[in-house]
Amino acid sequence: MPSPAAPLKNDLVGDIAAQALWIRRRSFQMVYEAQQGHPGGDFSATDVLATLYFGVMRYDPKNPRDPKRDRFVMSKGHCTGAFYSVLARAGYFPEADLSTYMEPLSKLNGHPNRNYLPGVETNTGPLGHGLPVALGIAIAGQIDNADFRTFVLTGDGELQEGSNWEAALTGGHRKLENLTLIIDRNRLQQGARTEETASLDPLDDKWRAFGWHVEVVDGHDHAKLLEVLSASPKGRGKPLCVIANTFKGKGVSFMHDNVAWHHGVPTKEQYEQAMRELV
Amino acid sequence: MSAAAPSKAGLFDCRDSFAATIEALAESDSRIVTVVSDSVGSSKLGGFKKKFPERMVNVGIAEQTLVAVGAGLANGGKVPFVSAASCFITGRALEQVKADIAYSNVNVKLIGQSSGVAYGELGPTHHSIEDLAWLRLFNNLKLIVPADPWQTAEAIKAAAAYDGPVFVRVSRMAVPALERPEGAVFEIGKAETLVEGTDATIIANGTMVHRAVAAAKTLAAEGISARVVNMATVNPLDEAVIAAAAETGAIVTVEEHSVRGGLGGAVAEVVISTNPVPMRILGFPGFVPTGSAAWLFDNFGLNETGIAEAVRQTIARKK
Repeated sequence: MPSPAAPLKNDLVGDIAAQALWIRRRSFQMVYEAQQGHPGGDFSATDVLATLYFGVMRYDPKNPRDPKRDRFVMSKGHCTGAFYSVLARAGYFPEADLSTYMEPLSKLNGHPNRNYLPGVETNTGPLGHGLPVALGIAIAGQIDNADFRTFVLTGDGELQEGSNWEAALTGGHRKLENLTLIIDRNRLQQGARTEETASLDPLDDKWRAFGWHVEVVDGHDHAKLLEVLSASPKGRGKPLCVIANTFKGKGVSFMHDNVAWHHGVPTKEQYEQAMRELV
Repeated sequence: MSAAAPSKAGLFDCRDSFAATIEALAESDSRIVTVVSDSVGSSKLGGFKKKFPERMVNVGIAEQTLVAVGAGLANGGKVPFVSAASCFITGRALEQVKADIAYSNVNVKLIGQSSGVAYGELGPTHHSIEDLAWLRLFNNLKLIVPADPWQTAEAIKAAAAYDGPVFVRVSRMAVPALERPEGAVFEIGKAETLVEGTDATIIANGTMVHRAVAAAKTLAAEGISARVVNMATVNPLDEAVIAAAAETGAIVTVEEHSVRGGLGGAVAEVVISTNPVPMRILGFPGFVPTGSAAWLFDNFGLNETGIAEAVRQTIARKK
């Protein structure tokens, strides 16, 4: 099952970059038109999402519940601008549906619903739910000795939820090498910096202490993300935690590393400026 | 499928029935797994663990992950039975039950063990008399409160056969096997009338059903004809049976639960919008004082005498 949008192998990184640009533009258009959303987190997560869907995961959008598929759990369920854009781009539903974001009766709720949209594995929104569910998926794979992988993307502020650490314990205990956690480490939560709120550092040491293999990478470097996420987990004997160092609002100058864009929405002038920058 | 043996004097612990049934089902359905939070012994799953060690997932004392892992296992094609003390699998993990199980609408079976006031003297932290009120709000989550070992086994089989989220509330209180007509069947959403009657209807479930039957016998000796309905499914309710109950002109509900928002609340919601009649809800008023489960039942009138008296008083309110 190759990634459907997979390009010629000789420019995989270039293609991922092109997909990421498209996702940033399309998701920001969604937020602008709906005048709602979480664009700062959309932009910090975009490069991870583009790398997973266009360079790493095996899936068939025409058979979204194929038992052999790799799973992706979007734990930071508020970042639906980026998530829906990547799902549409990957072929799970028509790109035109993105224009219904947040409208009455739209399948594109503010937080993803697996019963509305193919490609959504579990309903998220409340924080700290994705990793424990992904853990369960990975355990099912472990019981069956199946070769699918399970990926989950969390925010970093989200790690203040205790449920993550329950799951971290069992993930390490069961040596779930088929499980990969990616942390969107943009260092900003809704109201302030994580380190000024309930500090997470040293984050890599915490995951190592729970029995995970840790990789710390630039979360906007497609080549590096591709390298660590596509490496075979076989024989590692541990779940993988990728700490993706990112910036909230990455790609647009006035949003960059700016907490105001957690759920800020753009004016017409801001939208037009962002579109001029996202090229 | 072997029925669990009675412990003493013809009384049964329904957890034995749960354990025997899940082991038998797992023999023929390799998708069935159990998920526990250090709750192997309290769920009586020692036998399952011995037979299917690789199909028991123990996440440790971590109920949020317990419930979420159930959702993940269902995603991976399993039919998980997630089992822990009812007070913790509901209250401690309520948002996981809401978002990961009910709202996600996944094929997970939640088993609330040792429900109600079974833990007696251990007190309200360990009682689970709020669980039905909490869970009843999730409209697509089937809620079953079996009354005896046969119904517990049938509820577990029905939960396994149903493709969707189910909560089964299992008691550890000793109960007798109820008398039923030959060929009785259990179906999710269908109540059973155990005693016919015309003057009033007692609607009960779980450990209160055999007490309701005893109360009806007491009343019959006085010339009062009380119907007894075992409303084992709290969601969805058997509304036809409740409507029929209203025709007797008086309804008393009895449950090992708070009087707020459980079976009584559910029945009242139907009665007020169909055929309002005098009603009485028997249960616990809230946090209860120290006492054994047996003492608590007697103290709050959840026995033959208390139920019979409530029926007399409710009949007296008929116009």
